[in-house]
Amino acid sequence: MIPQSFDYSAPATLKEALAQVSSGAKPLAGGMSLVPIMKLRLAAPEQLVDLGRIPELNYIRKEGSELRIGAMTTHYQIESSPLVRADCALLGETAGRIGDVQVRNVGTIGGSVAHADPAADYPAALLALGASLKLVSTGGERVLAAAQFFLDTFTTALDPGELIAEVRVPVSSGAGTAYVKLAQPASGFALVGIAARLVRAGNRIGSAAIGVTGVGPKAYRASEVERLLAAGKPTREAALHITGGIDVNSDLHASAEYRRHLASVYAARAIELAWSRTE
Amino acid sequence: MGTTTAIRTKTYVGERIRRKEDPRLITGTATYVDDIQMPGMHHASIVRSPHAAARIKGIDAKRALETPGVVAVFTGADVKEVGPVPCGASLPGLRVPQHSILARDRVYFVGHPVAVVVATDRYVARDAVDLVEVDYEPLPAVADPERALEPGAPAVHPEWPDNVAFTYHQEGGDVNKAFAGAEVVVKQRITSQRLIPTAMETRGVVADWRAGDKALTLYSSTQIPHLLRTLVAMMLGLAENRLRVVAPEVGGGFGSKLNVYAEEALMGFVAMRIGKPVKWIESRRENFAATIHGRGHVDYFELAANKDGTILGLKLKLIQDLGAYHQLLTPAIPTLSVLMIPGVYRFQNVFCDIVGVFTNCVPTDAYRGAGRPEATHGIERMVDILADELKIDAAEIRRKNFVRPDEFPFATATGLSYDSGNYAAPLDKALEIVDYNRLLEEQQQARKEGRLVGVGISTYGEICAFGPSPATPAGGWESGSVNIDPTGKVTVATGASPHGQGEETTFAQIAADELGIDIDDVVVVHGDTAIVSYGIGTFGSRATAVGGTAVYFALQELKKKIGTFGAMLLDSGDVSYRAGRCICNKTGKSVSLSEIAAASYRAMKLPPNTEPGLVSTCFWEPPNFTFPFGAHIAVTEIDRETGAVSVKRYVAVDDCGKIINPLLVDGQVHGGVVQGLGQALFEQAVYDETGQLVTGELMDYAVPKATMVPWIESSHTETPSPVNPLGVKGVGEAGTIGASPAIVNSVVDALSHLGVQHLDMPLTPERVWRTLQQHGGQA
Ligand SMILES: Cc1cc2nc3c(=O)[nH]c(=O)nc-3n(C[C@H](O)[C@H](O)[C@H](O)COP(=O)(O)OP(=O)(O)OC[C@H]3O[C@@H](n4cnc5c(N)ncnc54)[C@H](O)[C@@H]3O)c2cc1C
Repeated sequence: MIPQSFDYSAPATLKEALAQVSSGAKPLAGGMSLVPIMKLRLAAPEQLVDLGRIPELNYIRKEGSELRIGAMTTHYQIESSPLVRADCALLGETAGRIGDVQVRNVGTIGGSVAHADPAADYPAALLALGASLKLVSTGGERVLAAAQFFLDTFTTALDPGELIAEVRVPVSSGAGTAYVKLAQPASGFALVGIAARLVRAGNRIGSAAIGVTGVGPKAYRASEVERLLAAGKPTREAALHITGGIDVNSDLHASAEYRRHLASVYAARAIELAWSRTE
Repeated sequence: MGTTTAIRTKTYVGERIRRKEDPRLITGTATYVDDIQMPGMHHASIVRSPHAAARIKGIDAKRALETPGVVAVFTGADVKEVGPVPCGASLPGLRVPQHSILARDRVYFVGHPVAVVVATDRYVARDAVDLVEVDYEPLPAVADPERALEPGAPAVHPEWPDNVAFTYHQEGGDVNKAFAGAEVVVKQRITSQRLIPTAMETRGVVADWRAGDKALTLYSSTQIPHLLRTLVAMMLGLAENRLRVVAPEVGGGFGSKLNVYAEEALMGFVAMRIGKPVKWIESRRENFAATIHGRGHVDYFELAANKDGTILGLKLKLIQDLGAYHQLLTPAIPTLSVLMIPGVYRFQNVFCDIVGVFTNCVPTDAYRGAGRPEATHGIERMVDILADELKIDAAEIRRKNFVRPDEFPFATATGLSYDSGNYAAPLDKALEIVDYNRLLEEQQQARKEGRLVGVGISTYGEICAFGPSPATPAGGWESGSVNIDPTGKVTVATGASPHGQGEETTFAQIAADELGIDIDDVVVVHGDTAIVSYGIGTFGSRATAVGGTAVYFALQELKKKIGTFGAMLLDSGDVSYRAGRCICNKTGKSVSLSEIAAASYRAMKLPPNTEPGLVSTCFWEPPNFTFPFGAHIAVTEIDRETGAVSVKRYVAVDDCGKIINPLLVDGQVHGGVVQGLGQALFEQAVYDETGQLVTGELMDYAVPKATMVPWIESSHTETPSPVNPLGVKGVGEAGTIGASPAIVNSVVDALSHLGVQHLDMPLTPERVWRTLQQHGGQA
């Protein structure tokens, strides 16, 4: 498994990296997705710019009502961060379910989000959390909601020359959250992954946000389920609508029929678990 | 006189001793094929077929050859002089396709080698592979063995349109009478899916041709260096004494390296052509597509019995997916299934038919257990199906049918003689460990609560220590040499070629005990035809039972000689050997082994009719196979909503005869169980209808990972084998053989009250969920 030849550089600043990306270099983060596809020769970038030596892309900090996470923060850093655990437990729980510990030690949130694998875990959580992304280029920066970012399978709103610099997640105070997942046994990716965020209103669900991954061509918000839950429908009934309107994936590991079923079971479980964690 | 070798009175055999080989393996200082570097070494990369079946209309290597660094491209036309990839198994009427090391005018499976690119650099070689233009005319292919048998199916080899490579029949007793008189007959189709062995280290070869010496050295990741030498020498037309084969550190084989591959001869050919050393390292994708697969059975079973559960006879129609060619032992593997089909049971009427079927897939061959896991899975499933039919407890029906302890040696209907056994002992122990009766009550309770809990038993019998030479394809003996240096240090050389099993430790234990010396004064060498006497290799759980015994007998021979020299040095006619010293029984005076060794080489004086030196070699021919056995119990629970299976407990009680090192035996059981569990729950090599390998990489082929494996409670009974003086049987494959039926029996047990009789592997959540749906058991 040998990739085609490529040039490689590892700048120390974001500015230098952006200059290279603007002239067509491909960013390399943890390499956990990019390197395998290069080895399989499904991608053959001529120039790689390694973001791994840029300290200004690796941080977790709280600013106002948001957690701000540098793109190069590893899954393990997020999983083990006390700040994340306290202010956005859903993201930490999701990070902890990615692949195995070796992958989590190297893979990054920016890389995962940019790659937009339809079975990646983070997108479900980011959608449910209403997260946004700070995108930067030599020409400036913009902030885009996660919901506007994931366009299709492996396709995002990232423009040529742009990098993800930061993931911004609203602090979830008072919500109950949960991420549940059935892993594909070979790859560890989600056959079905459901992120739920519930706000309690007395004895019932006040509002719900449900992110789904692994099921369709891209991660999505199950707005019909959210609506039914807020309208007081029983969880199991609402969960049946989890794949409404979605072109459900079918592969060796799960047929569309089975995935649809799994999605509703896991949705119900995520909702029940999140509910048990509401205050 | 001489240096003193540490003296020891404690014995090593039976102790939990850490492996001597581990420090180098876990610190990354071991030398694998890919660690070998040579001046002027070139690199090879192989062009492989993307089609399961196609005619090659032309090959244009011009662009590849123009690439700077590329020195040669060879195709099928260039290697016509090289002999075919050998099949070592012979069966009456076997159809053997011509298996050239590079495809000639047709390709027969995805991954079939078509050309080799040789370059000064590994990356250049790989890039140039994409520049070799092969003009294929795709042809219809067939990947499913049952489909291949249907009339009108595409012919894998045009000369044999029925796709049948051989049929084989074996019977014993009178099965018709048994079935005619039976009160009950149960039937089931049982598959044992194709698996990919997935050794951690893929294959690799370095070939080094010294034109001046007319000598070729082949470094290969192989389980059988000597057999490889004989066969590759034949393929290349080299005198065998001009070829040296070295198996350096081998990172796992599981049978997949018990073979002679096209690439091994091909690298020899390339090195001889370019006059430079050449290296080829297989990628993981190549490993999946072009290294042998295992299993690949569709079995139709019928079991006849009386209402009290007494089994009377068994019928089996076995369809073996062979793939497109015969590799070294391909057609022989299903015959092992038939041999072991009676398992641990007494019934004497057996009737088996095998059909070996060509498919457009990579060949199947030996994979951990090689035919016995398939047999055990079948008989253990059938016994459970019978028990369920008759409403007899699964443990009880087994006990009723076991060969009894006083019946050994026991002659089976398939012509084997089981050496020793006490089949109830591991079963009883396993039942006690799980607290069987309480477990069954808990299961009833769980059912009342709507939970699906299963208890699965498998009592396996297995055949090891391959084997008496007349019953094996290439000689079944093994060689062992012991060499004591003038300083008294001991080198053991074994023809078995361990590759992870730990014989550097266990053979050192045996030698240290026999010579009464410290284990660190013993070095065990293997895997190099230039320094080890001819040997057979490591496979079929044979290395300790056959190779260890050869070492044992070489040691006995040496001890005699040590005694002769000791008696001379002590000037005594009455000596004994203890704790590394030869002692005069009258005076109590003694000389150490190192003093004796020094005197034997200095040879100032020699005992009558005695040669100098302390060296001994034994080629030991085993009189029989050995037959380990055991009982595994799995407790599983099924998620009613999703069909996901979780293994709550796994108990393995294995009897592998006398245990030399319990730590290593546990390691073998753990690894074996994990591979059996892999087959039961996760793994499957999937080809689609066009013969494309869908599970072409580790992202789709599910090898169990640590987090997917339950805690394995391993325990033992010890019934010595009378076949060899060590009393050992073999344990390398036992775990794999016992595990898959224990898991599947457990899952079927969890569903049996819904009317489920059988489930085929792997028990993926979707498969279990669908079964629940069909039987109205879904939540
Ligand atoms: C064995 C294995 C199991 C896995 N299991 C899971 C799993 O269960 N769940 C899961 O979600 N993922 C899983 N992954 C994927 C893993 O999470 C990757 O780490 C992640 O998808 C990519 O992150 P990375 O940092 O490795 O990015 P890379 O592989 O380096 O890059 C991925 C892509 O993103 C681009 N990129 C990287 N950083 C940026 C940036 N800052 N701005 C713009 N573009 C950028 C790259 O150019 C590339 O196209 C698994 C991976 C492996 C190898």
